[in-house]
Amino acid sequence: MKAPVAEPNRLDRARRFAALVRKETYQVIRDPSSILIAFVLPLILLFLFGYGVSLDATRTRIGLVMEDPTPITRDLAASFQASRYFDVTNGNDRRQFEEDLIVGRVRGIVVIPSTFSSDFAAGTAPAIQVIVDGSDPNTASFVQNYARGVVATWAALRGLETGARPPAVSVEQRFWFNPQLTSRFFLVPGSIAIVMTLVGTLLTSLVVAREWERGTMEAMMATPVTAVELLAGKILPYFILGLASMTLCVLVAIFLFGVPFRGSILALYALSATFLIPALGQGLLISAATKNQFLASQLALISAFLPAFLLSGFLFEINSMPRVIQWITTIVAARYLIPSLQTVFLAGDIWPMFLQAIAVMLLIGAVFFTLAARSTRKRIG
Amino acid sequence: MWWIRLKALIIKELLAVLRDPKSRLILIGPPIIQLVVFSYAATLEVKNVDIMVLNRDAGNWGQELIYRISGSTPTFRSIAYTEDPAAVHAAIDRQRVIAAVQIGPTFSRDIEAGRPADIQIILDGRRSNASQLVAGYLNQIVAGVAADTPAGQRAASAEIGVVARNWFNPNLIFQWFMVPNLVASIALLIGLIVTALSIARERELGTFDQLMVSPLRTHEILIGKLIPPMMIGMFHMTIFILAAIFIFGVPLRGSLLLLYGSAVVYLAAVVGLGLFISALSMTQQQAILGAFLFMVPATLLSGFATPIENMPGWLQPITLINPLRFFLVIVKGVFLRDIPASEVLDNTIPLALIAIVTLSAASWLFRRRLE
Amino acid sequence: MSAGVAKVKDASADFVRLTDVTKRFGDAPPALDRIEGAIKGGEITGLVGPDGAGKTTLIRLMTGLMLPESGTIEVLGFDTRQNPAAIQASIGYMPQRFGLYEDLSVQENLDLYADLRGLPKAERPAVYNELLTFTDLKRFTGRLAGKLSGGMKQKLGLACALLKKPRLLLLDEPGVGVDPISRRELWKMVEDLTKEGIGVVWSTAYLDEAEACDNVFLLNQGKLLFTGPPSELTSRVDGRVFKLTGIKGRRRPTLARILDRKGVVDGVIQGEAIRLVLAEGAQSTLEKEIGGEGRLVPATPRFEDAFVDMLGGGPGGKSKLADATTTLPSDGGKPVIVAHGLTKRFGDFTAADDITFEIPRGQIFGLLGPNGAGKSTTFKMLCGLLKPTEGEGRVAGFDLRRDTAEARNHLGYMAQKFSLYGDLNIAQNLAFFAGVYGLSGRRKQERIALMTEIFDFAPHADMSTKDLPLGLKQRLALACAVMHEPEALFLDEPTSGVDPIMRREFWTHINGLVEKGVTVLVTTHFMEEAEYCDRISLIYRGRSIALGSPDELKARVAGKDNPDPTMEDAFIALVQESETEAAAA
Repeated sequence: MKAPVAEPNRLDRARRFAALVRKETYQVIRDPSSILIAFVLPLILLFLFGYGVSLDATRTRIGLVMEDPTPITRDLAASFQASRYFDVTNGNDRRQFEEDLIVGRVRGIVVIPSTFSSDFAAGTAPAIQVIVDGSDPNTASFVQNYARGVVATWAALRGLETGARPPAVSVEQRFWFNPQLTSRFFLVPGSIAIVMTLVGTLLTSLVVAREWERGTMEAMMATPVTAVELLAGKILPYFILGLASMTLCVLVAIFLFGVPFRGSILALYALSATFLIPALGQGLLISAATKNQFLASQLALISAFLPAFLLSGFLFEINSMPRVIQWITTIVAARYLIPSLQTVFLAGDIWPMFLQAIAVMLLIGAVFFTLAARSTRKRIG
Repeated sequence: MWWIRLKALIIKELLAVLRDPKSRLILIGPPIIQLVVFSYAATLEVKNVDIMVLNRDAGNWGQELIYRISGSTPTFRSIAYTEDPAAVHAAIDRQRVIAAVQIGPTFSRDIEAGRPADIQIILDGRRSNASQLVAGYLNQIVAGVAADTPAGQRAASAEIGVVARNWFNPNLIFQWFMVPNLVASIALLIGLIVTALSIARERELGTFDQLMVSPLRTHEILIGKLIPPMMIGMFHMTIFILAAIFIFGVPLRGSLLLLYGSAVVYLAAVVGLGLFISALSMTQQQAILGAFLFMVPATLLSGFATPIENMPGWLQPITLINPLRFFLVIVKGVFLRDIPASEVLDNTIPLALIAIVTLSAASWLFRRRLE
Repeated sequence: MSAGVAKVKDASADFVRLTDVTKRFGDAPPALDRIEGAIKGGEITGLVGPDGAGKTTLIRLMTGLMLPESGTIEVLGFDTRQNPAAIQASIGYMPQRFGLYEDLSVQENLDLYADLRGLPKAERPAVYNELLTFTDLKRFTGRLAGKLSGGMKQKLGLACALLKKPRLLLLDEPGVGVDPISRRELWKMVEDLTKEGIGVVWSTAYLDEAEACDNVFLLNQGKLLFTGPPSELTSRVDGRVFKLTGIKGRRRPTLARILDRKGVVDGVIQGEAIRLVLAEGAQSTLEKEIGGEGRLVPATPRFEDAFVDMLGGGPGGKSKLADATTTLPSDGGKPVIVAHGLTKRFGDFTAADDITFEIPRGQIFGLLGPNGAGKSTTFKMLCGLLKPTEGEGRVAGFDLRRDTAEARNHLGYMAQKFSLYGDLNIAQNLAFFAGVYGLSGRRKQERIALMTEIFDFAPHADMSTKDLPLGLKQRLALACAVMHEPEALFLDEPTSGVDPIMRREFWTHINGLVEKGVTVLVTTHFMEEAEYCDRISLIYRGRSIALGSPDELKARVAGKDNPDPTMEDAFIALVQESETEAAAA
């Protein structure tokens, strides 16, 4: 007996697909949790990264000890006070700051010792001491570097005034793309990748798992709809939603946080669209494997959100990680998107870099999709 | 009588958490991932950096500088050489290298002649934090070379030295910073999620009514729900403290008694928040998302990754309602800096206030939801 | 559809053919064990059995969404392994929760399924019109599916399954959670479909629904016990089913005694009478033994009688639990449970409206009604879980919302679906409930040991409760509820889904406890179960529409055309009566 209805014609196919997309769209619009994850959460994250997380140590509190106030030491101390990096409290005995350092009221103590003036006048290796709170190594390094900078600048000016010879080697350093070294400029573009991970992976895995839990998936599967149509009907709406929340974030980044945008819209969308492929693939895979919203949300947070946050070079340098973890980062799609997004914003279109990132993301996406398609056959149990 | 009931409830709660595969997953998975990933991967240090050198200098001093850069492992991993300024441009653009050092053609000659010599360093501002640290390293290397030049040797006596000393963590080991942080954040994660799930689980199973018709009073149920997550949170904290000391070699300089004393107050504040989340959520999945929604801002606005003083002034007061902020000060203080008891107390009082507010708000909400 | 009808007449045109079908999940015993059979068009075929019998699995196998381990399934001529797409193109399937999108409106759900099933645009207005009229949903097309009542959801689910008229309609437990009136309407709709030659598969745990099917597959624990017309099964017990009426003295101890007699296969309380299934030729000996205690009159056999007979008969009449319970002193007929004008409003919705009744010591009182009618709300107000908007409820003299927690020591509670702590094992659950009811030391050990012995928990003591079979869960829930020897027992849907044998065992214990002076309040949507009660209150749309003994209620609706109405007949008649009154007022 030959099936009279088994061969669906193209019109049916298109109509079924449109119906699935329409249904999904209604659901997104009517389900507050979708709106929450796609629009509210991204804004919260963007604000947190734009304002809350700042690696720019401006106005670090330090104690400044002048053991023997002389015009020379006062002049040096004035340089510290004038520095935009330090918030200085003066004193004349280091012991008065030691407790402050222990309890964290100051991050460092700059000591201009009693011998400084005489050594400086005699030219016999004058030195100052910088005691920093090593319990926060990053801030400690910055305090050291800034203190060196203040001293070097002071010495150079002093040298010019007194006609002494300039230093033997001078370094001219230039920071391209972000001369003010505003950390927000690289954190905000990076956080857009995390936002798209939330929509692409967390939200998608939740909505698919919900269909399994509520039994609607079963009802759908018992219709002539094919597995490919089911998958595609999920992907398209969340793909568009992902791009929509990305667009929202980009607008906020540019107009609220003043992040420069030097690349092209084309590059931005090409990169983001490509990134959504592995993100959605991962979401579908998670939901097909768990069929349970609780487990899906757990897995999505652990396998997508955390890696996008920690293992992508967003905050932490991949090169500084142990070798094994560096290997793991190679399968984190966000790792390829984040530098490219930072580039689109700060540097402009650097296509060779983008194309490479796009190629790798497509590869990871292909793997996830193959796995997801395999586990989303029209079967239950 | 009330003690028998409460004991039965506490034992049941502990058993329910430990026997439920989903809960076990949460008790084991995220803590291990946190410990491994955060302590090994979440580092703001800069190591294994690739840089590029464009050396137009034919003399020895240029070579000497390059030699010293390549010798300073593990900071610098590889040096790419080029003659072409366009290649420098491309390498920085495409993030093949984070920095490029350009040495001019007259570099050695200038040094030999005692003239001021200069070099240029170009850094990738897209990664401004790492770039600044790399700039710091390169400057120190250049300064070392400069000191060895004839002019430098002559001027050495007049050069102002900066003698830096790092208290509490002399070698600036990043894990000494990160692992104590984790002690605080794991207690937050576990305390929050276990509490949030415990009521949602009963709702889903339909056992909640069973509790309510039993002779347990509402406050007994609350206490019975809050003590087990505190115990589990305490357990995880202890594991992390042991890991900090014995695996990561973080020195414990202060008093454990102070640490545990304040931890009880901290966990009370945390489980209060967890109870609040669970009173608001109907399902376990909502409870997880709720905990996540709280965890992310709480972590970012706590001084965990970046110091609170770097935040804009208007944002800093918001961190005052974050229990993690205060407990981080205590944990890091007790571990590395042996902070005095008075300082611990100063940070425990806000925790106690937060605990009172969260616990009473959550109990109020909890009772209200029963209507 | 005349061609379809013609096909039905042709015996070779089985719509579904099951050959040696086995399905397993993991290491558990097979969910379906070597099922054989055929389903025909133009008929309603019932898949009948308790929860866990394998009904849902069998339906899923027929949709081609699940494949059997061994054996073959042919649906409409296609093998489910080879050509599931062709099957899915010509069946209509309504899964247990109706497969509706709650965030979509009635119309949007219809549109979605119309598109998915490829219903041509031109035909839609007519089909929609027909289905919406048929299901009486026309007024609600704009409403979200999530906001519909259970009965309306079910009709919408059916409408979605019928959009492109299927040749085979698969309905998985369409009767669950739906009021009897909607259930009857649905049944009528489905019967109309069979007239057009459509084959209908209707799965159910209600044995009374089975009786109305043309053909049944009776499943129990994955095994096919019987297949054929229900009358064929009931004929097994023809002439062996009796009603013992005019019982002198209390009927529950009488039942307990009779059940232990030889030749008594099954017995249950039915109102004032006792329904008995006897072994072949046992009638005369039993009559002699009963003597003047009552009269044995023949009764029409029902499907359940035959099912129990087939399973080898019910349990004995002795309840070890009741034997181990101390008799409560009688206290002059003061009511133990009192509901006085109980009213609960949620916003402008009145969930329970002015409900009043009293339950004297040693009686079983039933709250009967469909899901969502307000019986759970009433129940919860009485045991202190909900605060009444108006009125008050008392148990053993206490108002459970205001009085001390110790007052709750007087009541035992068994929640819907036997909500126990699934991750705890039996021993841990028992220890927990002993603890929260303040038992400790020796007494706690003794009670736990006693429960373990009575309910035979020892072989399963280490299993997580969630992995236990449903019957054991029910036993454990009962054990936990009576651990502290309560005066009053609250049972919320205590036997839903369990097989008839377990249900009988459960009621044996309850009957025994009642004889010891325990007072029982039970909710049920299961009409037959109401017969076990001394008195019942019919709850419909938040109001108590009738109150009385089962026999009284049935007598109220008995008439010429229906001299011996069932509880369901009574319910429907009383609901209609109250609606007419409401309309008149």
